[in-house]
Amino acid sequence: MGKKKTPAINSSSTADIAFLLLCYFLMTTTMGSQTGLNRRLPPMPDKDQKVEDIKINRRNIIIVRINSADRLLAGSEPIDISMLKDKIKEFLSNPADDPNLPEKETKQIEGYGPCQVTKGIISLQNDRGTSYRAYIAVQNELVKAINELRDEFSSRNYGKKFANLTEEQQKIVKEAVPQNISEAEPKDTGKK
Amino acid sequence: MSKFGGSNSKKEVPSMSSGSLSDIVFMLLFFFMVTTQMRETENKVMVKLPEASEVVKLERKDLASYINIGPPTRMLQAKYGTEARIQLNDDFKSIEDIRDFIAAERESMNESDRALMTTVIKGDMDVRMGIITDVKQELRRCSALKILYQARKAE
Repeated sequence: MGKKKTPAINSSSTADIAFLLLCYFLMTTTMGSQTGLNRRLPPMPDKDQKVEDIKINRRNIIIVRINSADRLLAGSEPIDISMLKDKIKEFLSNPADDPNLPEKETKQIEGYGPCQVTKGIISLQNDRGTSYRAYIAVQNELVKAINELRDEFSSRNYGKKFANLTEEQQKIVKEAVPQNISEAEPKDTGKK
Repeated sequence: MSKFGGSNSKKEVPSMSSGSLSDIVFMLLFFFMVTTQMRETENKVMVKLPEASEVVKLERKDLASYINIGPPTRMLQAKYGTEARIQLNDDFKSIEDIRDFIAAERESMNESDRALMTTVIKGDMDVRMGIITDVKQELRRCSALKILYQARKAE
């Protein structure tokens, strides 16, 4: 067959061009999804405000302390980080109404009714020499304890895990199992 | 036996058409363009994120401002030493500069979004808490109270 057509433009190089573009985007962009632990800092107290300690019953507070060697102290005894979660769970749920563990108050929750809500507060203190890794590990254990309590509460009441609940139900559970972690004023343990 | 063979029927195996190769690569390209985001700042500090199992996703990425804390990168260590430093935007800064940084970030947001502003603390896992406590105190002073400790998801 003799008749030749106009030769098509050689398109094999478009792949190379596209590869170049691809490499450019791979280099200059980052993959999405940044994850982390959410916290709310307490507002700074006013300067002229009188320093008065809010009276919190001793049984309602647990002090978790991390020293400069990353050792943990929960309440009054040294503890391993693997034990911390169970200790916090016991502290917050207080299943046997132990007088040494935090008291509960009955609270009206909209859409649920009266509910026993713990008054326990976790106070987290750290030293300036504590490593960030240990701090995050402890924060993580605290959040895990609360998440597990929330899961237990939701499967008891709704038969589902917390993550599978509707938004309103999640709000109720959040109110019933509050996340009271106080990041205390920094204390210079070295100076004092 | 070939049906379509002409007179000069000794044909070679036809080479594979590479025309669709560019389409495939373009598809890859679009995938990456959609799933990634532009890196706004150049990292001047090395950050190895700590691991945590209970992490949550950052909800509004456009409302986040980043504070990087860590030792300077290898190239900059000769100049700045290995002590942990704070990086805001593109430069090493000190604690006092956080106030201006937060104010500027806040200024650039919509009025309605300002309450939702999250400060992401991107700390290296070997950093001491002293510097992080200082940053936290400064953030409290600026009343940027919503913070997120960035961490990697661990199984």
